[in-house]
Amino acid sequence: MIRVQAEDFDVGRELEALSKGNLGVGGVSCFVGLVRDRAGGEAIEAMTLEHYPEMTERALAGIEAEARERWALEEILIIHRYGRLQPGDRIVMVATASAHREAAIEACHFLIDWLKTKAPFWKREETPTGGQWVDARTSDDKAAGRWVEKDPDAAE
Amino acid sequence: MKIIYFAWLREKAGVSEEEVNPPESVSTVEELMDWLKGRGGGYAEAFGDRSTVRCAVNQEYVNFDHSVAAGDEIAFFPPVTGGRQNIEDSK
Repeated sequence: MIRVQAEDFDVGRELEALSKGNLGVGGVSCFVGLVRDRAGGEAIEAMTLEHYPEMTERALAGIEAEARERWALEEILIIHRYGRLQPGDRIVMVATASAHREAAIEACHFLIDWLKTKAPFWKREETPTGGQWVDARTSDDKAAGRWVEKDPDAAE
Repeated sequence: MKIIYFAWLREKAGVSEEEVNPPESVSTVEELMDWLKGRGGGYAEAFGDRSTVRCAVNQEYVNFDHSVAAGDEIAFFPPVTGGRQNIEDSK
């Protein structure tokens, strides 16, 4: 399931709902991203996430489908927020449920790496000296790149 | 065709979206950017350095040699961001 929303979410409730009623689930892996109060040594007062609504859900659905192809997953949840967020706010949640832990943990890691490079979100940070758009990070491309070479069969 | 701009491309263009009717000679994303750049001002700045511009046609990521036609929805935006590195000229 994919949700793109301005509102906050309750991690415990989402995790409980994810596997509820599915007794084939043996493990759930979860990543929650938060807004930090510092970036590159500078204080962050707030961050605004802009996105391309018509494209976001399509891009996220593509990422979800790829994860399902590569790992044996029972359930997937991706929640991504947009709008103005402050340090400490939850920004993204990825949860994967599988019969076994390896698939759940690896697919969760894959999804968050790919979200950072494929999902059409742009961040503008507000600092004491003004606002600035956050540029793409080479380290995120590298993090996502690790999944390109990997043999998916070896993951199971 | 409809053009949508995001992030600092929107700020430079000065509009978030617009309907345009480029001449028939404009048939690819690259040619569309050349034509938009030719309008000068913020457009010239937005499409000056294309290494930081990405494009989607009808909500799919495409390369600059992809075709464009009347009725398409074309979006221009910077690479998507999950982290940081400041761009000085975006202030």
